Amino acid sequence: MADNKDVIINIEHVSKNFGEKVVLDDINLQIKRGEFITFLGPSGCGKTTLLRIIGGFFMPSGGKVEMEGKDLLALPPHQRPLNTVFQRYALFPHLDVYDNVAFGLKLKKEDNEVIAEKVTKVLRMVGMSDYEDRDVNSLSGGQQQRIAIARAIVNQPKILLLDEPLSALDLKMRKDMQIELKEMHQKLGITFVYVTHDQEEALTLSDTIVVMNEGKIQQIGTPEDIYNEPQNAFVADFIGESNILVGTMIEDRKVSFIGHEFVCVDEGFEPNEAVDVVLRPEDIYIMNKVEGAQFTAVVKSCTFKGVHNEIFVETENGFELMIQDYNHFEPGNTVGLIIKPADIHVMKKECLSNVFEGEVSAQGEVTFLDTVFDCNTEGFEVGDKVKVDVAFEKVDLLDHKEDSDLRGFVSFILYKGDHYHLTITTEGGDKLYVNTNDVWDKLDTVGVNINAEDIRLTKLEA
Amino acid sequence: MKKFLAQSYIYILLVMLYAPLVIIVVFSFTEARALGNWTGFSTQLYESLFTGGMRNSEALSAALKNTLIIATVSALVATLLGTISSIGIYNLRGRRRKAITFLNNIPMLNPDIITGVSLFLLFVSLGISQGYTTVILAHITFCTPFVVLNVMPRLTQLNPNIYEAALDLGATPMQALRKVIIPQLRGSMLTGFILSFAMSIDDFVVTVFTKGNQGLETLSTFIYNDARKGGLTPELRPLMSIVFLTILILLIIGNIRSSKQAKNKKK
Amino acid sequence: MNKRSNWAIPYAIFLAFFVVLPLILIFVYAFRNTGGGFTFQNFIKFFNEPEVFNTFLYSIEIAAYNTAICLLLGYPAAYILSNNKLNKSAITIMLFVLPMSINALIRTLATVELFDILNVALGEGTLIFGMVYNFLPFMIYPIYNTLRKIDPSYYEAAQDLGASPFKTFTKVTFPLSMPGIQSGITMVFMPTISTFAISEFLTNNKIKLFGTIIQENINSSFWNYGSALSLIMLAIIALTTIVTGDSSADAQKGEQTV
Repeated sequence: MADNKDVIINIEHVSKNFGEKVVLDDINLQIKRGEFITFLGPSGCGKTTLLRIIGGFFMPSGGKVEMEGKDLLALPPHQRPLNTVFQRYALFPHLDVYDNVAFGLKLKKEDNEVIAEKVTKVLRMVGMSDYEDRDVNSLSGGQQQRIAIARAIVNQPKILLLDEPLSALDLKMRKDMQIELKEMHQKLGITFVYVTHDQEEALTLSDTIVVMNEGKIQQIGTPEDIYNEPQNAFVADFIGESNILVGTMIEDRKVSFIGHEFVCVDEGFEPNEAVDVVLRPEDIYIMNKVEGAQFTAVVKSCTFKGVHNEIFVETENGFELMIQDYNHFEPGNTVGLIIKPADIHVMKKECLSNVFEGEVSAQGEVTFLDTVFDCNTEGFEVGDKVKVDVAFEKVDLLDHKEDSDLRGFVSFILYKGDHYHLTITTEGGDKLYVNTNDVWDKLDTVGVNINAEDIRLTKLEA
Repeated sequence: MKKFLAQSYIYILLVMLYAPLVIIVVFSFTEARALGNWTGFSTQLYESLFTGGMRNSEALSAALKNTLIIATVSALVATLLGTISSIGIYNLRGRRRKAITFLNNIPMLNPDIITGVSLFLLFVSLGISQGYTTVILAHITFCTPFVVLNVMPRLTQLNPNIYEAALDLGATPMQALRKVIIPQLRGSMLTGFILSFAMSIDDFVVTVFTKGNQGLETLSTFIYNDARKGGLTPELRPLMSIVFLTILILLIIGNIRSSKQAKNKKK
Repeated sequence: MNKRSNWAIPYAIFLAFFVVLPLILIFVYAFRNTGGGFTFQNFIKFFNEPEVFNTFLYSIEIAAYNTAICLLLGYPAAYILSNNKLNKSAITIMLFVLPMSINALIRTLATVELFDILNVALGEGTLIFGMVYNFLPFMIYPIYNTLRKIDPSYYEAAQDLGASPFKTFTKVTFPLSMPGIQSGITMVFMPTISTFAISEFLTNNKIKLFGTIIQENINSSFWNYGSALSLIMLAIIALTTIVTGDSSADAQKGEQTV
């Protein structure tokens, strides 16, 4: 794969730990020559770490990174043929604009005339001509940003790394700079590797988006792919607004959710396979008449959001949906709803229940997740290795974490129309999925309790 | 009214604090041998001080030379050692960093006499003959912590990406240090140097314990000996005036520099 | 990058050699006799030698007077200086701080000359006055620093809740300025005991303080006894630090840089 000429950076099995904490977990990625690729994810997802590994400021704990078939990790940062635009620009405060931009060229001992020519050209390109003699500390955020970009691209790197370069700018400035970055990318024709937590920015700028969460790549694709065909609930939730619902794939091109059957375009699932269904709020057609509608609902609220109205409705069987529409709908009215087959996105469920490996530690007791639980162990011997299965609905979360031997925190929350699907990260770093009607906040610490009758054991072959 | 009382109080205290210094300076400009006896303006004492008209002027000029050499060498070494160590400490983490920061605080918190006695014991138990070298080593010991104290904050407040940016643009680690980090530290290094220089000139106690008995004298020990022999030689009035003014000027420069740096920090 | 941490190694060695080892030597010498054997004799001598022991007690007494007077004179000054309404100029505080950095010996000699002109007989009175003159800035500056850092909205809140200006001072300002007071006390009390030469000049050799005793012993080659006396002084320092609860090494660092 690495000899593919289109691939400029090849990342294989890269992982990074800081002490006990796993920041990157088996990352595999190929970056194509000339593309604008964005690492997108919430803070702490590992996106900046991955960028810094490419830049040479971190060494990975494992794996390899190649550039044009050559080992990149063997090179110290100053020998890598790529340049970085840092989050807070990192302009050298003791140098003026000209000397900042000329810094790299001077180190390469280029002719002064050549340097002057290149600096002038690149400053014109970023719209900062006539600023050569200015003190960098006197520049506005947007201007510093331009100088930081100029300082990097004047060295004609094969790859430009950008670490959240727009995050310190205000909204208006950010929008303008987005357009300029995009134009600059087209003009320069080099590869841009961009890091952001702003999904809108990623969708606007990128040829390819790499969605990351908790040190893992969730999905790689074009902005359209990522938006329209999210591969899992995290991506669906993180990119744009969405309704994520529990469904069943009855057969090819037929899915049931919120108590109705719908025609869809997805194929290749097992009959009656449990799935997650994603509906974008703008893809649900809402009308005041109920004739011709697939199902009906009552408007709960309608808020004007500048361009569209954001409408929350409750269906006749109690599911809540978010809808965006240009028209206003009066709360309390019954409305008719239609969803087109192509707008229904069916995702394979990552798992159907919590499955752990455990061991029968005593009669009536099983140990998993480093915790002892009471359990019916009839038919098992002490010391048997077992597969432990706990349904999402059967995990109880407790406010008083002292009451439980197993503790953790809420690491991810997904609203599924009529209940919440939570991810709990335990103190031991394991993950536990919970369906609940209770409202929890992200990062809440919780105690976990599982009743004896809800733990199902299967013997594992030795 | 309240303000008037408050201001008066402040000025009375200031007058009290400065009265002795002012008297010395004022009476350095008159000829009278006895203090308090104004016999008209004259620079005769200054002339006598500089032309060697006083009774032990050779010893005095030697002491002056010693003081300047000791202060220059100590301040230079302390600035270099302090800066290099600050960069080292900055890159240290956890317990080691805490330990060395703690040790760095000790010379600043110890009373001079403890520093003096302890260094004296070090030199005698190692059999090092005391003189120039021991005084300079002692001065480096109490000056370096102040350099670290000035350089460290500047270092921590630097954008950590600046160093990386230099590497990214093709600078080797040494080049990045020379072209990017050191220029940023230059101001605080200079402040550290000035403070060290002033403290070294100013020191009396530590010098007394480490100068040995081979006749090495600095300005402060010279003044001490002179005063002990029964009252100040009149020529010392102009000398003390010069010392006051030098130290005051150095400190005012140092203070203005630090407060400027503090202001830049806020930006 | 990580190798940069090695740059601290020379200084670490330097500190070990010129700070830690010398302090250890004070301990070692204090518990040794001239022959090099282990002994408590130096400490026993301290308690049995009335001249030295009385000087020690007297030094503490003088230091206590000095500290108390500096606090009484210095607190109002620090308060006025820190108050924007009463003092607008930043130069005034600098004028108070500057004498701190001029050698105490030279300042003392100048003070003695002043007494001379005024025809004041040198004795205990001039000693205390001279000490106050020497150490007042060390009391004012830390208190000024803490007072200035207090958020003025505390005063406004206190007044809003019905406290009179006097109550505001006793219930809010004063308690909040405690760290500065503690710092000031340590910075005045300890050095007063440890100064040497100063008390002699101020009293025309009538009164000696503890620092002088240490210096004289070291000077006359009674290293072990001198070390024991230094160790006792270190113990007093540790004690004052504990009593005043002044753990704010940072505060003191800041003060001494100026």
